[in-house]
Amino acid sequence: MLAHLPILQVIVPLMAAPACLILRKPKLVWLFTLLASSLAFIISILLLQQVMVADTISYELGGWSPPWGIEYRIDKLNAFIALIISGVSTVVLLAAQTSIEKEIPEDKQTLFYILYLLSLTGMLGIVTTGDAFNVFVFLEISSLSAYSLIALGKDRRALWASFQYLIMGTIGATFILIGIGLMYQMTGTLNMADLATRLPEVAETRTVTTAYVFFIVGVCLKLALFPLHFWLPNAYAYAPSIVTAFFAATSTKVAAYLLIRFTFSIFGISFSFTTLPMETLFLVLGLLGIFIASTVAIYQDNIKHVFAYSSVAQVGYMIVGFSLSTHAGLTAMLLHMFNHALMKGALFLALAAIIYRVGSARIADFQGLGRQMPLTMAAVVVGGLSLIGVPLTVGFVSKWYLVVAAIEKGWWWVAGLVLLGSLLAVIYVWRIVETAYFKAPMAGRQPVKEAPMAFLVPVWLLVSANVYFGIDTRLSVEIATAAAKGLFGVAQ
Amino acid sequence: MFAVVMLAGIYGLVSASFFVAMDAVDVAFTEASVGAGISTLLMLTTVAMTGRTEHMASHKPLLALFVVTVTGGLLIYGTFDMPYFGSADAPIHNHVAPRYIYDSMKEIGVPNMVTSVLASYRGFDTFGEVTVIFTAGIGVLALLSVVQRPKSEAVIEAINDSMHEKHLILRVVIKTMIPFILLYAFYVQFHGDYGPGGGFQAGVIFAAGIIMYALLFGLSAARQVIKQPVVQLLSAVGVLIYGSVGLVSMLNGGTFLDYSVLSADPIAGQHLGILLIEFGVGLTVASVMIIIFFSCSARSEYQQAKKGESL
Amino acid sequence: MTTILGLYNYWIVIVLMMIGFYIIIAHGHLIKKIVGLNIFQTSVFIFYISVGKVEGATAPIWQEGIILYSNPLPHVLILTAIVVGIATTALGLALIIRIKEAYGSVDEDDIQAMDNQDMVNQDKEQQQC
Repeated sequence: MLAHLPILQVIVPLMAAPACLILRKPKLVWLFTLLASSLAFIISILLLQQVMVADTISYELGGWSPPWGIEYRIDKLNAFIALIISGVSTVVLLAAQTSIEKEIPEDKQTLFYILYLLSLTGMLGIVTTGDAFNVFVFLEISSLSAYSLIALGKDRRALWASFQYLIMGTIGATFILIGIGLMYQMTGTLNMADLATRLPEVAETRTVTTAYVFFIVGVCLKLALFPLHFWLPNAYAYAPSIVTAFFAATSTKVAAYLLIRFTFSIFGISFSFTTLPMETLFLVLGLLGIFIASTVAIYQDNIKHVFAYSSVAQVGYMIVGFSLSTHAGLTAMLLHMFNHALMKGALFLALAAIIYRVGSARIADFQGLGRQMPLTMAAVVVGGLSLIGVPLTVGFVSKWYLVVAAIEKGWWWVAGLVLLGSLLAVIYVWRIVETAYFKAPMAGRQPVKEAPMAFLVPVWLLVSANVYFGIDTRLSVEIATAAAKGLFGVAQ
Repeated sequence: MFAVVMLAGIYGLVSASFFVAMDAVDVAFTEASVGAGISTLLMLTTVAMTGRTEHMASHKPLLALFVVTVTGGLLIYGTFDMPYFGSADAPIHNHVAPRYIYDSMKEIGVPNMVTSVLASYRGFDTFGEVTVIFTAGIGVLALLSVVQRPKSEAVIEAINDSMHEKHLILRVVIKTMIPFILLYAFYVQFHGDYGPGGGFQAGVIFAAGIIMYALLFGLSAARQVIKQPVVQLLSAVGVLIYGSVGLVSMLNGGTFLDYSVLSADPIAGQHLGILLIEFGVGLTVASVMIIIFFSCSARSEYQQAKKGESL
Repeated sequence: MTTILGLYNYWIVIVLMMIGFYIIIAHGHLIKKIVGLNIFQTSVFIFYISVGKVEGATAPIWQEGIILYSNPLPHVLILTAIVVGIATTALGLALIIRIKEAYGSVDEDDIQAMDNQDMVNQDKEQQQC
């Protein structure tokens, strides 16, 4: 069985999804889904252990060796991302049944879990495959299930947000398809490792440059890099709360993975960063994303919108790390991906708990919540501190590595801007804290109880992870550094 | 809007004939059934529910023109280094393709090279594709399904009679054609190894036959034959069959979807594997197409019932 | 001249792609956007298939005596892509049906206006509390 782990990582949730249709009651389906997700998480841990020792694992599907058959290729980078995705998925699922009881009608709950598993499958598939066209297929699986999950939100604006996401997402996916097609045309292969060997011969051609541009633009649409981020705030705000908790922590990471993989492993650093002014372009877009999104977040009325715009800003931080094109910059980006998953996962899950009790996420409804839901609000506070980057939280760790990487490269002013961006985060986090703790509850409102255990357990699991990995950084830093080194070693 | 949809359907048909000219017969088959058939059908259903008119935009789309020109320009810039149309020494014809073309008969024993690549060499992509179709089916169900109240026999009879009067010729002709359509679907399914065809095309044609029946005899009559929970289950079963073939390969010592280990003789194993997975594909595609159409019609009836109640 | 003869197929496809792309961005009616998406995707398919064509070859089905065949790999990729396209279209149309029910209109400007109105109303409610 151990030899088959790479494919089992994807097959377990994939086969669990249609199997859910056979079970009837939503609670049973929930337990089954939780089981499937936990299995996927365990497999990802085992794979990461194997890969830290063995370097790269290759698995030939169908018994045909690449490039004639499809290959699954696990190295430190994708094992790390798979760990993040399956881990967050399992923790979020703990609270899922309680949360959707109030947000999704009962006859649709089984369908919700099927779509959730399909979304998980899609993301894990994108991350583990070693074949470029396979990426497109699983990208569409994850996208289609995402559109459906978002549209399950109660508010009618969820439908419109989902449609806009569908249009923008499909344009992005088609651009990626064009990019893959052009790459195939010039090299004759679809296997990623093979592409890496064959692209340098044709790297000078205009076609390959066009392929790169189209592919990157498509990925940036999915990544919600400024200015292609317009679908994200509404999609996150109006989707069912559990869905937002899951996606906020995972979907942008997968797009970031594709960016890293194709830039470093396939096209190569020298091509990507010298043929086109990628460093400057990504730096500018990343910084713009940080500042514009953080500023917009300050003025939002709905807390889900605040954190959604904050996510766009965090993507900006990741891209700034990417644009440094140094080993340290890439390590910072990978660390931030891990830490952001923990931060946003905790925050949106806590928000889900609040919505469950209060019924809405508007800032006015937060008044006095600090007293009525102490544990949940404490979780929001810790998550907020992590967002700002206060020491002892994971947020501090990734910001620190980013600042150090920028200074190493000699870009002092970038380091300064990063710190400035954190100040903006202070403003929107403080707004929430102030309303919750320092304002009396609105007159005529029913007092609410603390969130049920189903929420508190996963929320505090994630919050403790926030603090634990903020203090004991060895594990995350070691993996991120090794992954970055692996990418730099391959591509020159 | 009606004109727009019909023109889109014609565009699909023209693309299909274009594909034939490009020697892509399997693709032409699929594009004709999907692009010109199912796609037009679904769009017409949607137009029926959302209205046939459109009011024109009042602002000038300058930004759109700019974006489109830049994108188009970039693409044209990229074409200048491409291999010429039809040249036999392009990279793609010399690397992976020769084995597919010249060795697949030996290794898999199936004349249709597209089927051997689709079902065996790149079988996992096809598994992903079946999952995409399944996802769309579940998504449409999640969006459009309504709790059904079964209509009484009398009501079904009444609908039947009224349609009988209005569409007599169509009903008589279609009633004779449907068995042939379904038979043709089975032919395409199992003959896909030797000629153009395979699971997708077969599934779409089968679904088209059932949908034609539903269109002319009423949704309730169709539902008496094709029950919703059964169809949903069948769509899941199709995906599970595909996956199980892969799992059995793993248990027999090969990697996932390695058909050679399914039987003592590798070629027989390949045939068996391809047969089973194509069947799974056809099953899921047919069920999902039926689910999508039935969901749209059920929603339409639900909308009309609500309008009737509020009047 | 040879350049034009060798590349004209790509240019035609690009024009088609851009038409589709333009329809998606510029038109407000939601079903038209989906039609535009379809045209955009279909032209990408035509591009791939024209890449795979070999001059003087025939369809990739083994027959005794024939040596030159067109490349089967693009055909496989496009079969998958067509299915993905119809899946997206079906989901998009289902969303449009629900949007029509919820908003009463399938025009982008109308829906945007209704959403903005909702936000304004919500703000007014807030201030009254």
